[in-house]
Amino acid sequence: MATYDGLFDTLGLRDWCDTDASDGPMSMADLMARTQGGDEAGTTALRDLPFPSLDALHDACNAIPQTRDLTSGLETGFLGIRDALRVVVDPLTQPLSWALENTLWVMTETPWWIMIPLLLLATWAVGRSWKIVGFVAAILAGLAFVDHYEVAMQTLAIIFVCAFICVLFGVPIGIAMSRSDRLQNVVTPILDLLQTLPPFVYLIPLIFLFSVTEPKLYGIAVILYAIVPVVRLTNLGIRLVDADVIEAADAFGMTKSQKLFGVQIPLALPNIMAGVNQTIMMSLAMVVIASMVSAPGLGILVLRGIRNLELGVGLVAGLGIVVLAIALDRVTKASLARIDASQANR
Amino acid sequence: MTDKTVKVSIRHLYKIFGSDPQAALTRVRDGMSKAELLDKTSHVLGLNDINVDMHEGRITVIMGLSGSGKSTLIRHLNRLIEPTAGEILVNGEDILSWNEQRLRKLRRESMSMVFQKFALLPHRTVLENAGMAMATRGKSRRDYEAEARKWLDRVGLSGQDDQYPHQLSGGMQQRVGIARALTSNADIMLMDEAFSALDPLIRTDMQDLLLELQEELHKTIVFITHDLDEALKLADHLVILKDGAVVQQGEPQEILLNPSDPYIEDFVADINRARVLRARSIMTDRPPQGEIAGDVAPTDNLESVIAQAEGALDRTYRVTRGDEALGYVGMADVMQALVRRPSGYTAS
Repeated sequence: MATYDGLFDTLGLRDWCDTDASDGPMSMADLMARTQGGDEAGTTALRDLPFPSLDALHDACNAIPQTRDLTSGLETGFLGIRDALRVVVDPLTQPLSWALENTLWVMTETPWWIMIPLLLLATWAVGRSWKIVGFVAAILAGLAFVDHYEVAMQTLAIIFVCAFICVLFGVPIGIAMSRSDRLQNVVTPILDLLQTLPPFVYLIPLIFLFSVTEPKLYGIAVILYAIVPVVRLTNLGIRLVDADVIEAADAFGMTKSQKLFGVQIPLALPNIMAGVNQTIMMSLAMVVIASMVSAPGLGILVLRGIRNLELGVGLVAGLGIVVLAIALDRVTKASLARIDASQANR
Repeated sequence: MTDKTVKVSIRHLYKIFGSDPQAALTRVRDGMSKAELLDKTSHVLGLNDINVDMHEGRITVIMGLSGSGKSTLIRHLNRLIEPTAGEILVNGEDILSWNEQRLRKLRRESMSMVFQKFALLPHRTVLENAGMAMATRGKSRRDYEAEARKWLDRVGLSGQDDQYPHQLSGGMQQRVGIARALTSNADIMLMDEAFSALDPLIRTDMQDLLLELQEELHKTIVFITHDLDEALKLADHLVILKDGAVVQQGEPQEILLNPSDPYIEDFVADINRARVLRARSIMTDRPPQGEIAGDVAPTDNLESVIAQAEGALDRTYRVTRGDEALGYVGMADVMQALVRRPSGYTAS
């Protein structure tokens, strides 16, 4: 005798309820109730009244599904479309795997005495500041000194590839959003979702889709997590461009593309660069979580530290991530400052 | 004035802001007032039946307080704002019927604009800003450099080519704005409160610069301002706007002497009439009884006439252009013109 029996009886739905009264697998609660002797059943006190949830209603009426049918339904549904999805998504994302594999190979196989100067050269090109170059040199040397050079390079390789792809797709998406309010209304909730979804949740469907040994598995997870800020800030940056300047561009007869490339993007560049900076920081955060699905790098060592309770290993790798983050942040901020200097009117 | 050709002509122009401007338009044409329209339909009447002719080579000043619709009006001339109804004729052609391409050509080649907040491109140098119009037409830097430099020199900005706008003061930035409009070589210049953001001394400088440039260039200039002194100084033709409608338009001296509306009367009340009114505006045809004390030019203002009379009130001057006598000005007339005739608008 379940609590809501009376409800279905009065509604006259008893027949409908009992049509397919097959005994499903017994739930734990059923078992407990049975072993305790169902004497008190039927005389539920008001304070024990259960919320009319799927499970509670199922007790009274077999035609109503249980909650576990919902989750298992989702699962079978996903597994059902998985093969079709894989046919489409697999070839599309294959370049990501190649890019990751090759970059990882290049950055770890190149001798350190070539790789480190190359990275420093890139730092100089982006930041134009000897102070930053020295800082980065010290961090790379420090990591190499404690024999974390190779894992650090792996982490950097993943971040470079993922951040590059984020910018490649994020900036055009942001530009498109800034030009159409309707698109903005559609994309913003998706960005909100991506930003608030716990990072682990990305991994669950991805594990079903791809094999765990494929680099694109973690690549996609990192990109989905990290693309949000660059999209948002590109959109915002372009929308924030001074309306007077846009009006002047219109008044002198600029075409849409002249306006976009000659006025809007250059003026939004500080915001776009701030987005790139955030994207790099977030991919670094995600790289550790992605280690759970075979992403190489410092994250593996952090994970080992947690799994085997190797305090020292975990701490050193964790601090390694911190100094990498600081280095990346400083370098991108330096380039941001360089852009700002030429238009310091804000 | 009438011998000059009409360059830009605005005919029965209406602009109504709101969700259904056409419905509101019929109500306005039936005589609903701006306040009533806002109250009943929450539509804002921006411009109400504007008719203005702007003559070639002249400065037309459109004056009004904030909210009078003057900035809205000037943006109709290059269609930054689309009207609800009416016609805008440039060289006799209705630009409202033009497609995007022709409109862009108009904006690129025959209308330039100067903005209140300068609206320079902050990431481009002064030279690149001045050459913006030509760069927009697809000219390379090498092609526009000489032209842009010429006009930068002309507005007094020699040697600042490679500065960025934020490194310049407000007055200098607006000089770049003017150089940008001149470099485009357009024969119509729209100036939207171009000097309002500048401090008074620099504003006077810029007004003098504009008049000096106009002396040699003879552009058709449409100038927006809320400052009556500025309007009287610059205008060949003055249009006074109130609540989106033209209250009075004409020769500035004429408006000053014969205000047609209490609103304008209030406006002109605080003006230094001795400096603004000119001998030709108050001269009479009939020769006086007494002797002629001397000659004045028709464009001399009353201040200089009084100075010439050294304060004496019984003298009469002859107004001459070259050798030809145009009329006579007695000091009594001068004194009378200095005080405003109470409610003169009802008498005439």
